[in-house]
Amino acid sequence: MNNVLKLLLEGEPLDTAQIGKILNLGAEAVDRELASLRAQGILLGMRAVLNPSYEAERRVRAVIEIKIRTEGTGGFDGIAERISQFEQVESCYLMSGGYDLLVVVTADNLYKVAGFVHERLARIEGVQGTSTHFFLRAYKKDGFVVTDEGTRRDQPSVSP
Amino acid sequence: MDDSARFVAQHVATLPKSGIRDFFAIVSKMKDAVSLGIGEPDFITPFHIREAAMTALEKGRTSYTDNRGTLALREEISRYVARHYGPEYNPEDEILVTVGVSEALDALLRATLNPGDKVLYHEPCYVSYAPSVTLCHATPVPIRTVSSDQFALDPAALRAAWQPGCKVLVLNFPTNPTGGTANRQKLEEIAKFAIEKDLLVASDEIYSELTFEGDHVSIASLPGMRERTVFLHGFSKAFAMTGFRIGYACGPAGVIDGMLKIHQYGIMCASIISQEAAVEALKNGRESMLHMRDKYRERRDFIVRRFNELGLPCHLPRGAFYAFPNITSTGLDSMTFASQLLAAQKVAVVPGTAFGAAGAGFCRASFSTSYERIHEAGERIARFLDTLPARK
Repeated sequence: MNNVLKLLLEGEPLDTAQIGKILNLGAEAVDRELASLRAQGILLGMRAVLNPSYEAERRVRAVIEIKIRTEGTGGFDGIAERISQFEQVESCYLMSGGYDLLVVVTADNLYKVAGFVHERLARIEGVQGTSTHFFLRAYKKDGFVVTDEGTRRDQPSVSP
Repeated sequence: MDDSARFVAQHVATLPKSGIRDFFAIVSKMKDAVSLGIGEPDFITPFHIREAAMTALEKGRTSYTDNRGTLALREEISRYVARHYGPEYNPEDEILVTVGVSEALDALLRATLNPGDKVLYHEPCYVSYAPSVTLCHATPVPIRTVSSDQFALDPAALRAAWQPGCKVLVLNFPTNPTGGTANRQKLEEIAKFAIEKDLLVASDEIYSELTFEGDHVSIASLPGMRERTVFLHGFSKAFAMTGFRIGYACGPAGVIDGMLKIHQYGIMCASIISQEAAVEALKNGRESMLHMRDKYRERRDFIVRRFNELGLPCHLPRGAFYAFPNITSTGLDSMTFASQLLAAQKVAVVPGTAFGAAGAGFCRASFSTSYERIHEAGERIARFLDTLPARK
């Protein structure tokens, strides 16, 4: 894997100058590398990972399972691409198993999610049924364990 | 007034305290210090190993065990050592599970040394070797290793350091604090010398999994050495299990029996919870161990390059997780360098002299920490160096 990408995925909060030093590249070279990763469509973007308890005060998040009928519609791809356009939709996957699409949405409150489901999703040609589950509490998010309260507090700062 | 110190035995009273302790006292009171002084993995024990310890508690496995350790663990150790190091040890009477490798070395020295015996060891080295020998009323005989040789033990230096009365040779490859390793050819020469002088070899291989260049060779695997070598190892470094305090010794039954006496009267047995976790580490821990080793290697490359860029010449350590840069260009001795760096820029490194006189002019910087901290330490050290008259 590309070294710049590897460092980014480790999740340490490093800026391009720091990454440059670590990889023995100039900051410009890191910028070029990042630009190239974007251009190739490998790196879609970077965003901060917030503690879910902080986020939860402002937003609700839900996962929606969607069953789809493909006859006479745009097929899975057409419907999935259409659903992905909505700004409430964080991610959207075609799944194996008991339903077809898994959609993660965030909204300001529960009613807005409900509105999205019955006013938007349910009206789409081909959507046969939905099942909505709200997130209550996060224990791990994007690789960060949320409930971990400094397990190494007693570690001495110098040891043999 | 507390004058109880008068009760302390003379050879203990005169034993110097570890230089690391003084340093720790200062750093622990300091806010936003960046510590490169930590001699343990920055990884938390892999979860599947922690889970094995939890399961032991859940099942109420909280008793004493056989003094030698559980048979299940000794069998796993036997398989592991045979597979990765070569020699085969009988789990019945050639393996002793101890409270960390430190206890294993201590028990070995106490089991074998008579007052006045001499013990050869290479320096710079782990802080406990010389004191452990002294506590046995024996005499430590250091062999100097040098940076031009990447702190490998030169067989000629060993020969030169030898004197009548030497009974034990302590080896530690890869070495804390230098990352020195020994290749097969050097070990063969050392082995030949050990046989010639009838030395017992105590081989502390606690960092062996963290070998970055070439394959680790255990001296115990060389012809004629199994019968005069005690292979010492543990779980702290490879499996990030420092707090479990679990290690082991493998060797000929006669010596292990001697160690067992000291262990059974002094310690009884290692914690059963740690022993259960250790079984899991040996059975299923290799993947996480390799992952951690790769991370250390990447960090090593970064920190070593940074020291060299900063004009503090640093060899590439071939194992363990310490960089050992030469700081003589600063015009300061090791202790002054470390103290001033800490006071001025709040970066903790350990003065090389904490690891013996041969560490003078060096300091130890652990790279078992995040890139962000290593980077920050590098920036701060650069600022510190700029203020030194010798560097202007």
